[in-house]
Amino acid sequence: MKYFKLIWAGLWRKKARTIFTMLSIVVAFLLFGLLQGINQGFNQAVQNLNVDRLYVSARTNMTDGLPYAYAARLKGVPGVRAVSHWTYFGGYYQDSKNVIPAFSTDAEALFKVYRELKVKPSYLEAMTRTRTGALVSEKLAEKYHWKVGDRVPIGTSIWTDKQGSNTWDFDIVGTFDSTAVGAGMPEFYFNHAYFDEAAAFGNGVIHYYIVGIDTPVNAVRISKAIDAMFENSTYETRTQTESALVQTAMKQLGDINFIANAIVGAVLFTLLFLTANTMMQSVRERTSELAVLKTLGFSDGKVLGLVLTEALLLCVFSAALGLVCATLVFPVLKPIFGEFQMPLIVLGMGAGMALLLALVSGLPPAWRARQLNIVDALAGR
Amino acid sequence: MKMWRQIGAVTGMNLRSIPQRLSTSLVIVIGIAGVVAVLVSVLAMSTGMLKTMNNAGRDDRAIVLRNGSAAESGSVLTRDAVRLIGEGVGVKRDADGKPIVSAEGIRLISMYKKADGAEVNVAMRGVGPKYQTLRPEFRIVEGRLFNPAVNELIVGKSAHAQYRGTNIGDRLVTRGGTWTVVGIFSSGGDSHESELLADVETLNSAERRGGAQSVNVMLDSIGSFQAFKDSLTSNPALAVDVYREREYYKQQSKVIGRVISVIAYVVGGIMAVGAIFGALNTMYSAVSARLQEIATLRALGFGSTAMVISVLAEALLLSCIGGAIGAVLAWLFFNGHVVSTGGTAMGQLVFELSVSPALVAIGIVWACAIGLIGGLFPAVRAARLPVATALRAV
Repeated sequence: MKYFKLIWAGLWRKKARTIFTMLSIVVAFLLFGLLQGINQGFNQAVQNLNVDRLYVSARTNMTDGLPYAYAARLKGVPGVRAVSHWTYFGGYYQDSKNVIPAFSTDAEALFKVYRELKVKPSYLEAMTRTRTGALVSEKLAEKYHWKVGDRVPIGTSIWTDKQGSNTWDFDIVGTFDSTAVGAGMPEFYFNHAYFDEAAAFGNGVIHYYIVGIDTPVNAVRISKAIDAMFENSTYETRTQTESALVQTAMKQLGDINFIANAIVGAVLFTLLFLTANTMMQSVRERTSELAVLKTLGFSDGKVLGLVLTEALLLCVFSAALGLVCATLVFPVLKPIFGEFQMPLIVLGMGAGMALLLALVSGLPPAWRARQLNIVDALAGR
Repeated sequence: MKMWRQIGAVTGMNLRSIPQRLSTSLVIVIGIAGVVAVLVSVLAMSTGMLKTMNNAGRDDRAIVLRNGSAAESGSVLTRDAVRLIGEGVGVKRDADGKPIVSAEGIRLISMYKKADGAEVNVAMRGVGPKYQTLRPEFRIVEGRLFNPAVNELIVGKSAHAQYRGTNIGDRLVTRGGTWTVVGIFSSGGDSHESELLADVETLNSAERRGGAQSVNVMLDSIGSFQAFKDSLTSNPALAVDVYREREYYKQQSKVIGRVISVIAYVVGGIMAVGAIFGALNTMYSAVSARLQEIATLRALGFGSTAMVISVLAEALLLSCIGGAIGAVLAWLFFNGHVVSTGGTAMGQLVFELSVSPALVAIGIVWACAIGLIGGLFPAVRAARLPVATALRAV
């Protein structure tokens, strides 16, 4: 610690250079924090998904659909707590750009399967009473200024009703609190019975059965039991856990992991070169000063330590600043990616990366300083 | 005239001394190469995607969907509707006087990527008997065309390259039956090459589906689109939307294309800021290494404009080299690199990343901008240097 002042003075020997190097390290770690944060955040979100829910879809493809009659048979599987279902509606409000994540369902069972969704019992009761009823998330209701009792026309890019219209009217009977589930979940539920009766085609088709199970431990066993039950029937099933389902959906988009890593790799490589160069330059300029230190009795090891500490200070401080910036920017991304925070592991990875950067860029010049021969250095050879 | 000579002389001197300052100069080159490589590679993704989607469209073809359907997957057209659409005004007819139309239906089937086994939705398209007349770009590259009334299909070139179980003779299970792969086709590098094709009637009956999802029409001429559209929309027996084929496909990839561009510019922008600091560093040290030299020149009567321009010229030259290296790296690694995404409503779209000359130009422009900003402040410093102080330091 007693050498801190010496190191500090060395660091600020050329102010402009140190500041520019610092800023480029800050920028690099900001980028690192953002990309890896999003990437890891997704992975974590997927892993934290509920494990006591299973999703049953047609084995060939989700869009093939399953018959309505499967609900009763699924309920009979031992270990199954509740069974609800989804059918994609492809909804939009007023303009096809205003996408409404609308799904037909069995509302009463739905809130038993998704226990983290909060709804008032009176709303749920109104939903079972009103054939054309709809329950919407508080977020969605707020966005379009819908109130309980409103009749809203929802367009659909998939279904036509028996009159040949693709705009369906629904009566909003209540709202529910969906803050506990991530983005990308349905926010507009209506009664499957109404949908089934009014749709001009595709009657009775269910896209997903959502099965709540007693205990997560049984997930694998129950999945296998369900798929075995419908094996060799016309409509074979495939049962997935919630995280497997989301992972499949993410894979459809492409290899996000690879893209994030490739960019971070390019950034860090560029940065490594830049910092190493700064350190080299700074040591080269100070050759005679370092020789004086050695003349005064500083050992070779101490000189090496001084230079290395300087690199460490520069990298770790700047990297920390960059990561802090990234953490501060993170909440801005919330509307795009939904609710998640900067994962701690990313900060840890960042710290490791900063240490590595300091070592790789600081060691060669530090070694050079250590090997310095006093007489030659002072003579400027 | 004198100024130009001065600029030439000083710039030449600077450039000749670059080898002595090689490692600091490399900071600019490598820093900018990194920025440009990332920017160009990510943009190559959206360019490649747009190219594939644009290839699918021709101005003298139109696509008809049920009204309100944003994409084929959400559309349904009855047999009557298909017949009426074929009778629309301006539809081209073949030698037998039959309209050149293809009623088509898509269903998504799950397939697995060869690379990582990821499960993806792939479009299986049922097409009408006039498909080949409608699409002159269609060509069988291996095997043969499917026969109607038997469960046979052909796979697009891109699909064949990307997914498991797509060799000739392989069998593919859908809900309606087992299909045999009998051929591989190319289609002018468009999005259809990501799909599987079968006869629409066979597909519909196997999958117990009625009707089609879209009707694709060859028009008399590019100009007859409006007449065709009007004849359909004014027909009370039809409730359809009519699009030019090119516009329809452009629309399909618009959102995901924009998302990719935004990512490219945000990431590239942040990296560029970092590279500017690197460039500033390099140029400041270039200037400070030559303090006495610059002061001597100034004392001899060289103007400050010559100093500014010579430093800027050096920065620009280095950054252009960096930009070019970055673009070449992106081209070497990613041009023609095949990726696929499910960001469209038509199942997976397979496309090649495309590093076009326009992208290289964007990369070089960015490189120059970074170099210019990075060189400007050090250049001004060189010009403002008080001659006496600088000379005293000798």
